[in-house]
Parts: sequence; C-alpha cells; structure tokens
Amino acid sequence: MVAATYQLKRADFIFKNDNDWKKILDKTLKRPAQELINELMSSELKGRGGAGFPTGLKWKLTAEDQSDKKYVICNADEGEPGTFKDREILSEVPYKVLTAMAVCAHVVNSQEGFIYLRGEYKFLVPELTKVIGEFEHYCKKAGLNFKVKIFLGSGAYICGEETALFESMEGKRGEPRNKPPYPTSFGYQGKATVVNNVETLAHAFTIFKYGAKKFYDLGVQYSRGSKLFSVSGDTPKPGIYELELGMSLQDFVTEFGDGDTKAVQVGGASGFLVPRKRFGKTTIGYRGKLTGISLPTGGSMMLFNSSRSMYNVLDNYLDFFREESCGQCTPCRVGCQQLHSGIKAVKRGEKPAQYLNKLLKLTETMQLTAKCGLGQSVANSFSSIVENFREEMIY
Amino acid sequence: MDPVQDLIKNLASQHGRNRTNLLPILQGVVEQEKYLSEYSMIEIARELDMPAADVYGTATFYSFLEYQKMGTYIIRVCKTITCSMKGKNQILLTIENMLKIGMGETTPDGKFSLLQTNCLGWCHKAPAMLINNEVYTELTPESVRDILTQYLKK
Repeated sequence: MVAATYQLKRADFIFKNDNDWKKILDKTLKRPAQELINELMSSELKGRGGAGFPTGLKWKLTAEDQSDKKYVICNADEGEPGTFKDREILSEVPYKVLTAMAVCAHVVNSQEGFIYLRGEYKFLVPELTKVIGEFEHYCKKAGLNFKVKIFLGSGAYICGEETALFESMEGKRGEPRNKPPYPTSFGYQGKATVVNNVETLAHAFTIFKYGAKKFYDLGVQYSRGSKLFSVSGDTPKPGIYELELGMSLQDFVTEFGDGDTKAVQVGGASGFLVPRKRFGKTTIGYRGKLTGISLPTGGSMMLFNSSRSMYNVLDNYLDFFREESCGQCTPCRVGCQQLHSGIKAVKRGEKPAQYLNKLLKLTETMQLTAKCGLGQSVANSFSSIVENFREEMIY
Repeated sequence: MDPVQDLIKNLASQHGRNRTNLLPILQGVVEQEKYLSEYSMIEIARELDMPAADVYGTATFYSFLEYQKMGTYIIRVCKTITCSMKGKNQILLTIENMLKIGMGETTPDGKFSLLQTNCLGWCHKAPAMLINNEVYTELTPESVRDILTQYLKK
C-alpha cells in the first residue's frame, strides 16, 4: 500500500498528568473574558462531541447574552456506539474538565455548572464527587463562586443532544426542542447555557495552559488540533489514542487494521461507513472548503474485517436507532422502524432489490425533515452501507 | 407510613420538590425498590405536586427506569455492534443456561433479571455487561460463569 512508512501524528496532551490545574486556574481567571474568548477562537477548537461547532464562538454568544442566570454544562452523555473516550477523561483527568468549566463560568459569568453523566457511568460518581468537592473548595479560596453538580442520566442516547439534555435535566422526557432558539440564549430552564463535550473542555484546558498557537499548529486547515480516537472492532490494538486531525484513513488503517480491514465506520452509528477502496481518498476531520472527502467524528472508529457481514452491521445500527429514537417526530420514529423492517424484508426476499432505492429515498426525507440530529443522521450510515455493499443487503 | 412513601419523602427532601429534581427522585426509588410501581409514581406526583401522568410519561422514557418488578441484580448485556461482533450471544446463552431464565425475565427467587442494553461505552473491551452499577468487560463464557457464581453466593 501507499504509505507503509507513514507515521500517524500522535499527540499527548489530554492524558498528560501535570497536576498543575490550580496554577492554570489562577493564571486564567486573572485574564479578561474577551481575551480568553479570542484565545479560544484563534485556536479554532471545534466541539469534540461530533458536531464541531466552534467552541470560542459558543462561549462568546453566551457571554453576550443578557440572561440573569447562566449555566455551564459538561456533556458526558457519551452514547454513540464506539465512543468511550469521555469516560476515560473523567476518570483520569477530571480536574482538567472542571478547570475549563470554571474558566467558562468566569467568561460567561455563570455560578452554576453541571456534568450530565450517563447512567451507564454511574460507577464514576463517588470518585468524581470527591474531585468536585476539592475543586469547589479551591474555587472558593480563589474567589470564584462556582458550583458543579453531577446530573445522572438514565439510559437514553438522545439525551446527548443538547436540548434533549435540558429537557431531561428539567425532569421531562428527553425530547429535543426546536432550534432556534439555541442554547446560547435559551438553554437549561430557558437561560443562556454553554454545553460542551468532555473532551472539548479538556482541550480548552490545554489551550489555556500552552496558548492557542500550540493547539493550532496541530492538524490541518479547518481541522486544527488533536483529537481522541476510540478505536474498536477488528483491530489488534483497541483503545483510546490522541492523534492530530487531518490524517488519511489509509494511514489509520495501516496503523490499526488487522491486515484484512474491509471497512471502517467513522463517527459511530450516526457516522459514515468507508469501504476499503475509499480509504486513501478519505481524511478524518471537519468538513472544509478545500479538503475533499473529509469525515468528522466524535472519535468513534470501528474497524470491520472481511469476516463481517455489512448486513448484520446495518441491522445492528438500525435496531439501535429504532430503540433510541425519542419518538416525537414522525420521520424519525416511523422512518427508523421502516428502514429496519425494510432491509429485513429485502434480505428475506419478500421485497425486490429495488426496494432498497425506496429506502434510500426515505433516508433523504428523514435527513430533511427529522427534528434533530438523530433522525437526520441515520441516512449517513444507511446510505454509505447500502450503496457500497448493496450485494450483501440483497443476498 | 409505609416504606416506599417514606423513601419518597426522604428523596424529595434531599433533592428538592421541584420538577427539575424528578429524575434524581425516580432514580433513587429504582435504586431501592428496583422498579417504579404505579403506587410509587402516584406518590412521587403527590410529593412534587404534579400530574401523575407526567411522572409516568417521564419515567417510561428512560430505559434504566424500570416500571416492572425487577430482580435484586439487574444484568444488562450490551448488544451494540462491537459487543455483538465479539461474542455477545455466547455470553447471553451462558447466562440464560446458568440462571434458567430468558431475555427480559426474572429468576423465581427474585434475585436476577436479564436484559439487553445499548452501547455501554466499553467497545475496546467487548463484550461488556452491567450488573446493577458494576461493569464487567472482556467477557468469555468462563468469566461470566465465575462472575455469576460470586453473585449466586451473595
């Protein structure tokens, strides 16, 4: 293959345990809000949960809002199949996340923060509570009035969607809201709220510690910095790796594949499946104007070798979406059910192969009409699997 | 006062009687009682002064808030892609054979319930399962047998 000698560009910021958060916090809290926003904006840090919204802009919009109360929320409802980095951050370097939350509170002028932790990670609570206690104690000494509470989820993937997360925290069903209004002006309890992914906050810590340039110098245009990748599936070395953005998928497979990689699912069940023939043409990063085929990811990278049937893979994803759809909008609720029973019917021969085209049309409709990211993104994995492995769907 | 009512009163005092505290209260009841009975949901509604239908609507949305009676130990085996690829079915079969129950069932002594769940976030150590809040990873039929033997002794 092309790049047998290529080395993936590894980075080591997130899990580097310097234990100097108090110093960083003191130093950063002395700087004016505008300067910190500028620092974040010039680093070009984008949301690491998968959606990729510029973090600096999010803080700026919330800071400019006139709400009497504001909230800072760390989104730890990590539910995307194939993602497990946030858990590792919260168990290894929680104080980095808390420090960034406190800095955010200082920037937007908030006194209350939450960590929305998925119920599956409840075992983290005792340790995390201890760390938060120490942290709040230090904040008080440093003259910052900022409290952090853990809010525990209860097994709903959709609550990772920021507006569904607010609903859940307000004691309701986790059903996403219409946007706009956006959380930066109308979030938790109708107040301006910053919601950042765990990893985004950990990167913000790196930026406040080393400066924006150090972060900006990593990666490629439109996709700056490093990113944690959760590697799983048919690989000899599953685990969490911090790599620079902008790598080619071929290089990734050369490093992590088992020599027989047939396809890689980039971005979890709501991301895209890339078949072997496209590895060389695909880069991993946010979509930009110049970069060609570039796939964003919340970090989930699942490898499949030739012993796996893509029909079973898709069947598994659709089963997931059908269960996790919140059910409030018809395109997603009915769409997921129809797609799931549709591929089964084609496989069993009850529907002709052309029925797949109808299902592809349905995913287009879902992409256009579903209320939130869940329903809209089912099309990604569905179309990339059905178009590239059509024969496996049929017989 | 009966124990459930007591529990709900305590939880409400501890967390606060606002709707924003509904989830922690529901979670607290499930933690103790292993499920939310119709009775507890009505009691929670009374305690928070909100419609019982809203409590029911919220509770039934979340897959970890059970509203059917469950065993002391709820086993949740991850069924999402990587765990499924790495032998989840063998794990399930082992559990079913050992406890003599099927998917979604509870042992007659009320000790174990067996469920499947979506991605637990341990894909690099698949297959994985939860027993209550405890995580078990890189399971094999042998290791599952060992783990369950420990629980059977409890």
